[in-house]
Amino acid sequence: MPIFIDRRLNPKDKSLGNRQRFLRRAREELKRSIRDQIRTGRIADADSEHAVRMPERGTSEPSFNNARDSGRRQHILPGNRHFSAGDLIPKPGGGGGGASSPGDKASEDDFRFVLSREEVLDLFFEDLELPDMVKLNLKEILAFKPRRAGFAATGSPTNIAVGRTMRNSHGRRIALRRPKQVELDAILEEIASLEEAPSSTAARQRIAALREELDRLERRRRRIAYVDPVDIRFNRFDPRPVPNANAVMFCLMDVSGSMGEREKDLAKRFFVLLHLFLKRRYDRIEIVFIRHTHLAQEVDEETFFYNTQSGGTVVSTALEEMHRIIASRYPAHDWNIYAAQASDGDNFAGDSERCISLLNGELMRLCQYFAYVEIIDEREAHIFGSTENGTSLWRAYNAIDQKWPNFQMSRIATPADIYPVFRQLFGRQPASLKRA
Amino acid sequence: MARQASKSSLLFSGSDWDFKTLSRAYDAIEALAVEELHLDTYPVQMEIISSQQMLDAYSSIGMPLMYRHWSFGKHFLHQDLLYRKGGRGLAYELVINSNPCIVYLMEENTMALQALVTAHAALGHNHFFKNNQLFKQWTDAGAILSYLDFAKGYIVRCEERHGLAAVEAVLDSAHALMDQGVFRYHRPPRLSSERQREGIRERLEYEERSYNDLWRTLPPSQQAANDKDQDPERKKSLNLPEENLLYFLEKNSPVLEPWQREIIRIVRVIAQYFYPQRQTQVMNEGCATFVHYTLMNMLFDRGQISEGAMLEILRNHSNVVFQPAFDDPRFSGINPYALGLDMMQDIKRISTKPTAEDRDWFPDIAGQGNWREVLLDAWADHRDESFIRQYLSPALIRKWRFFVLGDAADQPHCLVASIHDERGYAKIRATLANSYDLGANRPDIQVVDVDLLGDRHLRLQHKVNDGILLEDASRDATLRHIRRLWGYEVSLAAMDAETGATIHERSTSQIAE
Repeated sequence: MPIFIDRRLNPKDKSLGNRQRFLRRAREELKRSIRDQIRTGRIADADSEHAVRMPERGTSEPSFNNARDSGRRQHILPGNRHFSAGDLIPKPGGGGGGASSPGDKASEDDFRFVLSREEVLDLFFEDLELPDMVKLNLKEILAFKPRRAGFAATGSPTNIAVGRTMRNSHGRRIALRRPKQVELDAILEEIASLEEAPSSTAARQRIAALREELDRLERRRRRIAYVDPVDIRFNRFDPRPVPNANAVMFCLMDVSGSMGEREKDLAKRFFVLLHLFLKRRYDRIEIVFIRHTHLAQEVDEETFFYNTQSGGTVVSTALEEMHRIIASRYPAHDWNIYAAQASDGDNFAGDSERCISLLNGELMRLCQYFAYVEIIDEREAHIFGSTENGTSLWRAYNAIDQKWPNFQMSRIATPADIYPVFRQLFGRQPASLKRA
Repeated sequence: MARQASKSSLLFSGSDWDFKTLSRAYDAIEALAVEELHLDTYPVQMEIISSQQMLDAYSSIGMPLMYRHWSFGKHFLHQDLLYRKGGRGLAYELVINSNPCIVYLMEENTMALQALVTAHAALGHNHFFKNNQLFKQWTDAGAILSYLDFAKGYIVRCEERHGLAAVEAVLDSAHALMDQGVFRYHRPPRLSSERQREGIRERLEYEERSYNDLWRTLPPSQQAANDKDQDPERKKSLNLPEENLLYFLEKNSPVLEPWQREIIRIVRVIAQYFYPQRQTQVMNEGCATFVHYTLMNMLFDRGQISEGAMLEILRNHSNVVFQPAFDDPRFSGINPYALGLDMMQDIKRISTKPTAEDRDWFPDIAGQGNWREVLLDAWADHRDESFIRQYLSPALIRKWRFFVLGDAADQPHCLVASIHDERGYAKIRATLANSYDLGANRPDIQVVDVDLLGDRHLRLQHKVNDGILLEDASRDATLRHIRRLWGYEVSLAAMDAETGATIHERSTSQIAE
């Protein structure tokens, strides 16, 4: 007789450590691949699993191998149908490594595997240089509260529903006619009284019959348990998400000719980060994309990032469009409104004044948070560093920044510059952010 | 007979299994195996695992315990993908050459499959592991699990002390040389117990602290440098030439720390442990397949397996031994299960009902009658190469319609050298046997010299047989790994085995880091 061991319940993911080591090794390449996917994918999809190609660099396992295209070999093959000794067979084209050398190594490079959401975010956050606490915050999934939802046949002992269990047990005992204690007691009593009385043949027979009956009933009681595993019920709990309000996120971007590939890529990361932040905090998030040149229009995500449009730059048109959309679709008492604007700072002369009055007048009161990034050339980064003067839009927004605490602005030249824009947002407690 | 048997004699019915049925089936199969086939096995430990755990086992080269390394993670992702996409099914079982013999059974298997797997792995493979000379002499079934446990713990401790990156670097380099990390011709020392290992390690450390010619810092005298007579003596003291590169580096590398040597030793021991398995694929699988096929049929004849279960068993059996012809799109080399089973059944046939041809070819076993003894001897004494050289019969060559295809890289054509006819039998048998000779098929690379007195230049030699060279890119990458372990320049000279002429030489100084 062999020894049996049931390993099915052993901890799973025995190879998790190996996977982590592998991901760390291929980090650079995976990071590039994730960045490309986020750049080309939708903002809302950044926060999910991604399939990536097996990285080639750094993960090869070399060893000494015979080169296929050299030397003389003898292959042995089964299934000869019509060859005779001395026949010449032309080699199949390509490779030239023999008619069909056995054991062709399957290429391991050409396959994709799936990175989990956590792994994707880790890679995405890496060059945004987020503080650890913020990373943790963003990865945290929605909170759930257990809520009673009837009974279940399985569960943990702490959740046993005693009342329901005993009711089942009672019903089963009745249905299976389990002898009750009182019936046994009655028989015992009768035996006792008969034994006390002077013995007669009839009484002895009666006692024998009663004892047999008693024995039968006791055996039956033993077989039909008082509480059987089939009776047991557990309280069932359903995890319910903690209710959260809705949020709408406005992405505003200048799409005039001065915004190139690099600028759009940075802007996209800026939007993704804000979206991640909102997603953690709100149940339902809608994203509205508004692009503008000298005219503003609401577009879908594809058009937003990939269609170019020519024209001047009038920023106030976008703000007006945003105001119009809020008024028609997102009443401020139902929605938490966030806005993120990316631009290269160009604006039509005189329009900046109009932006100030629009923001001061209505918009800043409606918005939970308004973040503005001005994307600048890396070479200019050290010039503009911290000076107050800049483009006309920057100077105009500076005035807003002084006045409104929920307005943030920053110049960014590299991905690492994005986070500071949100610092205030992440620093605040969730409770103070929510309205009603 | 089966139809007359009463229901109660069945070992199991239906497809569900439980531990009681498994145990009853094992007992019946084992009794039959001992009585009818005279098998001799290690005690068995059966472990039920899920598909996920089977994938885990796949990626850690089939061992229940393994140290951590990124390459296993990569293999896991690969296996996992193939499995999910349906590109490859998982094995029904996995068996480990240990004492007790560990057999993994998949939980998804039906009872009929579990019975098949029990006969195949728990008896067939088990008998082979215990009785084959190669396994007996070269591996230590009793000590492997505790050794792996030690290895895993040791590497974890190294990672804690020296950092993941440092340990990973040594493992990467050692893995690259795994093929060159085995003793092919002399038996490796037995795995020692924990205490002995400790002692050996201490001794090693002492040796390192004390004198070694490699660490001589005084400039050599002019005379000594010129003295060519020293050559043989030096080579002798370093046991050169040495085919086991990992062994040589472990013992002689001037740059490695003691813990790095121990890691190399771990990789080397594991490579050595698997070396017999790679040399006995056909025999091992053939033996297991022959055993399960014979035993299952016997059980069926005795009415202990129902017809339905037998059909399922036969269907799986025929999937396992399926051999497409060379021009079939499904062809991927010779199926060791099919070849092994066919040869063993052929031996049975030759022993009991030989033809005149068989009497010519196999005078000592033809008609000898006791096929069990013949098979037990074959299982005990041979590896694939010698087994085929000894027992492949003309009848089987005709059945398989083998042919030999000569393939020279500089010719536009392949030449059909031999086919299954009178003139071709011997040649086909020799070629097939050679194709299973690992020693002849893997590149032959040896350490031939070290310049101890000068720049510590390590010289390797690749003996080129039949003009087969090494692949350039992987050769350079592997040389880089050797350089990392050796610490100084390493060069590899390709030498033609027949003429002795040097074809070319590659040195790490020519390869960018």
